[in-house]
Amino acid sequence: MGIDTALIWAVIILFGVLLYVIADGFDLGVGLLFPLAPAKEDRDRMMASIAPVWDGNETWLILGGAGLMAAFPLAYAVILNALYIPVLMMLIGLILRGVAFEARAKASSNSRHWWDKAFFTGSLLATFFQGVILGAYISGLPVENGTFSGHALSWVSPFALFCGLSLIPAYALLGSTWLIMKSENSLQQQMRRLSKPLIWLLMGFILLVSLWTPLAHESIAECWFSLPNLFWLAPLPIFTALACLGLLKMVDRGEAGPFVMTLIIMSLGFLGLGISLWPNVIPPAISIWQASAPVASQGFALVGALLIIPVILTYSAWSYYVFRGKVDMEDGYH
Amino acid sequence: MYDTALMLARIQFGFTVSFHIIFPAITIGLASYLAVLEGCWLRSRNPVFKQLYEFWSRIFALNFGMGVVSGVVMAYEFGTNWPEFSRFAGSITGPLLTYEVLTAFFLEAGFLGVMLFGWKRVGDRLHFFATVMVALGTLVSATWILASNSWMQTPAGYEIVDNHVIPTDWMAIIFNPSFPYRLVHMVLAAFLSTALMVAASAAWHLLKGNDTAAIRKMLTMAIGMLVVTAPLQMLAGDVHGLNTLEHQPAKVAAMEGHWRNDEPGAGVPLLLFGWPDNDAETTHFAVGIPRLASLILTHSWDGTFPGLSEFAPDERPNAAAVFWSFRIMVGLGLLMFVLGIWGIWAWLRGQLFHNRTLLRFALLMGPSGLTALLAGWFTTELGRQPWVIYGLMKTADAGSNHSTSTMVFSLVLLVVVYGLVFGTGIRYLLRLISQGPDQNIDTTLSTIRPTSPSDMHPGE
Repeated sequence: MGIDTALIWAVIILFGVLLYVIADGFDLGVGLLFPLAPAKEDRDRMMASIAPVWDGNETWLILGGAGLMAAFPLAYAVILNALYIPVLMMLIGLILRGVAFEARAKASSNSRHWWDKAFFTGSLLATFFQGVILGAYISGLPVENGTFSGHALSWVSPFALFCGLSLIPAYALLGSTWLIMKSENSLQQQMRRLSKPLIWLLMGFILLVSLWTPLAHESIAECWFSLPNLFWLAPLPIFTALACLGLLKMVDRGEAGPFVMTLIIMSLGFLGLGISLWPNVIPPAISIWQASAPVASQGFALVGALLIIPVILTYSAWSYYVFRGKVDMEDGYH
Repeated sequence: MYDTALMLARIQFGFTVSFHIIFPAITIGLASYLAVLEGCWLRSRNPVFKQLYEFWSRIFALNFGMGVVSGVVMAYEFGTNWPEFSRFAGSITGPLLTYEVLTAFFLEAGFLGVMLFGWKRVGDRLHFFATVMVALGTLVSATWILASNSWMQTPAGYEIVDNHVIPTDWMAIIFNPSFPYRLVHMVLAAFLSTALMVAASAAWHLLKGNDTAAIRKMLTMAIGMLVVTAPLQMLAGDVHGLNTLEHQPAKVAAMEGHWRNDEPGAGVPLLLFGWPDNDAETTHFAVGIPRLASLILTHSWDGTFPGLSEFAPDERPNAAAVFWSFRIMVGLGLLMFVLGIWGIWAWLRGQLFHNRTLLRFALLMGPSGLTALLAGWFTTELGRQPWVIYGLMKTADAGSNHSTSTMVFSLVLLVVVYGLVFGTGIRYLLRLISQGPDQNIDTTLSTIRPTSPSDMHPGE
């Protein structure tokens, strides 16, 4: 067999999850910022800026789940079984906020505030538990004979909860810089002011997670701090730090720049996590090759993925292009 | 997994998937309806079509949103509730779901933004293209998920190695024996459900005295759809039943409450009423028409088919549940047929918009499409039990090791959240319907040609 389909699938799933994190990240972030923008007009604008695209953004999450089941069914079974409660809570968060998009526009003015709350709470739940899922995943899942061997609360750990907290400023910053790009006047000014402390907060969290992860997980420390890896990987934290400083400088005047810079920071952070875990699909010990579906499954799905993903990226980009520029209330909910 | 936890996992899955299927069924029907409405508008520039498009697209948007978020739950529940199933058969259901995401979900989501919010930005032609892409996406989605479900009913194209399913022939997997029948049956059910909802909406407005050209158009389109699809659905259901008899005879025996064959030549009666009892291996209070089941299922007066007692007791579905869900579906299907015929007859006589009895009947039948659709799914899914993959894996072996308390917690949480969120969402949906099409929609760009063929109906 010449082609390592497991490897290609791992890259596709990582790519899908990265796109999910940055795309749904900014629209979850807009939800997180909702309480800070109490005026109805501002909230309408914030909602309208993501209304045409949130659904496509969330589809990357479904691709992640489906791709995992197709390429690594063992990992799909173990991870979702082990993380049952955080996954459930994330899904409930996504339901609350997903329905709020349409329902808020259709609610009477007396009951609209309930959907505002559902939108914020749902975004917060989804964000926090995505971070928890990530943290618990990094920490590793107990497996015996190919089946999850822990209990319903095995995922609870200070590290996982901390990861849950750190995703909040990350998504909020994606949201605030997205809104800098999409809004004008007072809302834009407010988002610029908000972004500053969010950047500092995010830098703090990145630093702590970057220290805590290798300290708590020996194999990850070995991956980063052994020679020659240290030299190869050193640019990653350096670039991340530079990007954060660059973002701090441009957040006062840039239009699209701050958002692009935040995307770069998120991608670098994601890359760092990917390197830490590679090549495990169920940390700490089951690799992508051990959890692999039969080649007949991976190969069949791969043909479709390689042919269709470029097409998806093209029409998704077209949709963003159609709704480019500052948000226009004409496009919003009627 | 303990039995209670297993039962809770099944209830949870049944609850979430039943709630979910309502939304995509309406999405499938409404997306195609919207594409037809927009096509008619572009061709005829009759403002009524634009009014109806704007009206139903608002309802479509809310319904679609609820379908998406209730569907994300499904994509993960295969793993959270049925990890052993996913481990065993993810190599088949995983790639099928992946293709659904790639070819359908992204297509719908990618063009939905333009469809709902982008008409002014992209112009008529591109907007129509977006609507058609969304409609196409809903049908492609149905195709993949029904291929996956049908494979679980009638598995093909695989071998089992090391307690895992290994795909050997993807064409055989996708076009497994029950797939074409189930696909046609489900898509027709979605169209029927939508037509019945549209007809009931129009009937409600007419009964309230809100008699406009748009409301009338809605009703005639819906009745036209009904009169064509209801008979087609009966035909599709009939051949689907024959296919099930060939591949899943225990399911058909349960549907008919049929336990054992009498002396040769007696045939099998079609039971109209009865209470099948798995423990007593009989159907109590049976009232039936002699030989009719033989005639329907074997096309001969004295044909026989296996009774439930010919299957091992632990390989029989719960006959009462399958028997009655099947009867609810068929009974409602017959009523839909009656509504279609009555509606067309009234239309030809020019009374469709004034016959209050007919309008009340149409209103009452509003939820019947979705009810029949759910009853049909209960028939086929409960009829497959005790198997999760027919003949290959039992439902009892597919689950997780979650404790009963975990499953109680998650079930209660889901029921509360679904009830609140989707309950309110559905209430808004009904309120939108009750507002009716906006007659003052800006159609200044249109050149009105009221003489196009689709506007000429007798009796208007």
